[in-house]
Amino acid sequence: MTRVLRAVLWLVFGLFFLFPLYAMADFATRDLVHGGRTLRAWQNLVADDALFRAILVSLGLAVLTVAAMLAVLVPTMIWVRLRAGWARNLVEFLCLLPLTIPALVIVVGLRNVYLWVTYLLGESPLTLTFVYTVLVLPFAYRAIDAALGAIDLRTLAEAARSLGAGWITTIFRVIVPNIWSGILSAAFISIAVVLGEYTIASLSGYQTLPVQIVLIGKSDGPTSVAASLATLLFGFVLLMILALVTRRRRRTVAAATVPTTPTGVRT
Amino acid sequence: MAGRSVGRRLADGAPLLPFFALVVIFLLIPTGTVVVNALFADGGFSPARLGALFSSTALTALWRSVLLSGATALIGAVFGAVLAWLIAARPPESMVRRGVLALCSVLAQFGGVALAFAFLATVGLNGVLTLWVQQLTGFNLAGSGWLYALPGLILVYSYFQIPLMVIVFLPALEGLRRQWREAAVSLGASGRQYWREVAVPLLGPAFLGSVLLLFANAFAAYATAAALVSQGSPIVPLLIRTALTSEVVLGQSGFAYALALEMIVVVAVVMVAYNALVRRTARWLR
Amino acid sequence: MSNPVAVDLENLTRVYGTVKALDGFSLHIEPGELVALLGPSGCGKTTAMRILAGLDEATSGTVRVDGRDLGAVPANKRDMGMVFQAYSLFPHLNVLDNVAFGLKMRGVGRAERQARADEMLELVGLAAHRHKYVDELSGGQQQRVALARALAIRPRVLLLDEPLSALDAKVRAQLRDEIRRVQLEIGITTLFVTHDQEEALAVADRVGVMNAGRLEQLAAPAELYARPATPFVAEFVGLSNRLPALVNGAGARVLGCAVPTLPGSVPSGAGLALVRPEAVVVKADEQGAATVTSVMFLGPNSRVYARLADGTQVQAQLASAEARAFRPGDPVSIAIEPVPVLVVPGPAPART
Repeated sequence: MTRVLRAVLWLVFGLFFLFPLYAMADFATRDLVHGGRTLRAWQNLVADDALFRAILVSLGLAVLTVAAMLAVLVPTMIWVRLRAGWARNLVEFLCLLPLTIPALVIVVGLRNVYLWVTYLLGESPLTLTFVYTVLVLPFAYRAIDAALGAIDLRTLAEAARSLGAGWITTIFRVIVPNIWSGILSAAFISIAVVLGEYTIASLSGYQTLPVQIVLIGKSDGPTSVAASLATLLFGFVLLMILALVTRRRRRTVAAATVPTTPTGVRT
Repeated sequence: MAGRSVGRRLADGAPLLPFFALVVIFLLIPTGTVVVNALFADGGFSPARLGALFSSTALTALWRSVLLSGATALIGAVFGAVLAWLIAARPPESMVRRGVLALCSVLAQFGGVALAFAFLATVGLNGVLTLWVQQLTGFNLAGSGWLYALPGLILVYSYFQIPLMVIVFLPALEGLRRQWREAAVSLGASGRQYWREVAVPLLGPAFLGSVLLLFANAFAAYATAAALVSQGSPIVPLLIRTALTSEVVLGQSGFAYALALEMIVVVAVVMVAYNALVRRTARWLR
Repeated sequence: MSNPVAVDLENLTRVYGTVKALDGFSLHIEPGELVALLGPSGCGKTTAMRILAGLDEATSGTVRVDGRDLGAVPANKRDMGMVFQAYSLFPHLNVLDNVAFGLKMRGVGRAERQARADEMLELVGLAAHRHKYVDELSGGQQQRVALARALAIRPRVLLLDEPLSALDAKVRAQLRDEIRRVQLEIGITTLFVTHDQEEALAVADRVGVMNAGRLEQLAAPAELYARPATPFVAEFVGLSNRLPALVNGAGARVLGCAVPTLPGSVPSGAGLALVRPEAVVVKADEQGAATVTSVMFLGPNSRVYARLADGTQVQAQLASAEARAFRPGDPVSIAIEPVPVLVVPGPAPART
């Protein structure tokens, strides 16, 4: 009895969630002029100048954000555990705070700050890196925290230092290799967040991929749908790779991808 | 002695500066700006901006936002709990399970704009389903443009609320230890008694907490609505968009600040309630 | 207990795919008796208990309690009290409500439930903790509450599935005695599963040693220890030396001493005798063929390790007062007391 019920439920959920994805694929390959199928919408991802540039901008932002996040967060979290224990609760609170403050609120209050940023660094959309780093903090924090909690950090560090290693060596050649799964997890999730972020980019006037998708949406439906589907598939592939690569540390990684977020949807 | 330890603390805290600087500049200051600008204008406390929150436009938008968030929170919680139950029944290393969880993660957290287009492609004016139904029955599924208003938003939001529920609730379901069921059974509990006396009391707080989480999530969501609804502002986030981008500049930016403050307050209240609910009981299901 | 019942597990087999967890396992427990099932992980002891409790189903075989076949009776109607290894207390209920849970399932009224729960808590010495919650209790206290909860429903059989394995060594010993005391006081038929042989020997009326789904030997602790029926039992229970031996009609010759053999030994020829350390005699001897390698102080007893001329290691157990005389490097002679030993097949000795 339960078996049949389960099968039926799986079918229903499967239809509800997979049908729109199928519809996207269908819509994106439709030839509106002649009927039949065409890959024109997909070719536009590369052929359409503005769209292609937006893709590059978003990818660039993703890379920069991951780099910034790792550069700031990993040493900070290690340092907090080893030397500045008093700051631990504060750091955790600040890292999880972006979950409670909607991106929309941040962008409303961001104008003054970004006047400064553009004054100092120019008008490039890549300056969004700073805000994006803050946005990915909760996800990255959870992933890295889980990985740090799974190793005996203090002992590793003390052993390395007692054998003569300096702090840089200790961090990069002793600790980082041992929290690799957490770092990878944080990086992949951050990439997915950045590629899908729309709120701050659009209301600040920058042309990232999601912004461009919405812009094109009014005039060229199939291309927008193609780009959207590509984004979803890319995110899915990233997470599947992550799941396969971190098979051993399943418990900790699974815990890290639970953001318990109110504004978890980066919308 | 005290000076020395303070000095030591500062020295130990120095490497943390980049982190603190980042958070302060790009998170705390913007938030502070919103709060300050919503309450103060032209150098003094100005209740006028807050007053705008009680205009009929603002109140209608608030009501609709609450309706949307509440409805999708309940829909997401109920169906998400069922889906989580289905997933929990699968062996932990199964590919199906990992695939489904990855999909849930993508839809729940990174979907935003893409989801809007997913539904445009399905039940929009030229959507696949619309065309099929039209061919079969002649009925125009997308006729009234319902997709671009509240009913449409409820449908599309559910598409990311249900997966979010799965992500948030699955750990609680898995935290239900096998030993509790077996102990209850060996003590004489029937299936129904086990659910009523053990499983429901243990899962209850986690479930209610998840509802609150889903509510806050929907309330703060922007991208999906922005992509679907190009004109008009039925809900608070879209009202903020109008206030920020409207041609009528004067008097509107203050409105944006006030609305943003309203958002902070609602989400904060819900999160405080969530924390109070989950704090004591989360330990049970670890 | 007014009428303790007998338990019979008849020819139980349990197959999972290609794995045979139980292979024709049979066990009879006398009314009021405490039988310990002892064996390494994977030997099937927990499977046997779970089948008795109804939490698992045998592929074939019968379960009888008080003569009645329980095959069709679901787990929640079998009237057995079960204590699990860990984590079985309900975290949302306090101690009193946990203990009273089984009574609530049976529809017992509130006042009566609480009175009975209090009575059980008195029995295990935790009356003062009635209003605490699980996370406020230590491991040992949690298991005592679990015991009280299992007994509150006045079950006919008590099942203990490795109840001490998750506890610290010191707590384990205390709680072990406590469980035995309570069991004797109530007089309930009990099955106790464990992988710790010291625990099993200390607590049980009879011990059943299991290996690979089968029962190797079922006997009182002293008998099990002194007269193991198979090599597995001899090695699993207590420590053994493996010394070269030659079996003839009258018994065996081990290290020059005549030693009687136990049934189950190699009938004749060369083999290895399984000799207990306390049956090894060590004497200081200038012309001795053996040399002391180390002495380990264990409190009231000590262990003296020596190496024979042919390289064989021997361990002997002596009272610490005697062992004090020996130092590493001392020449000694080794003799074996004429206590019956099991001789198992082994390589031929160079000489005896």
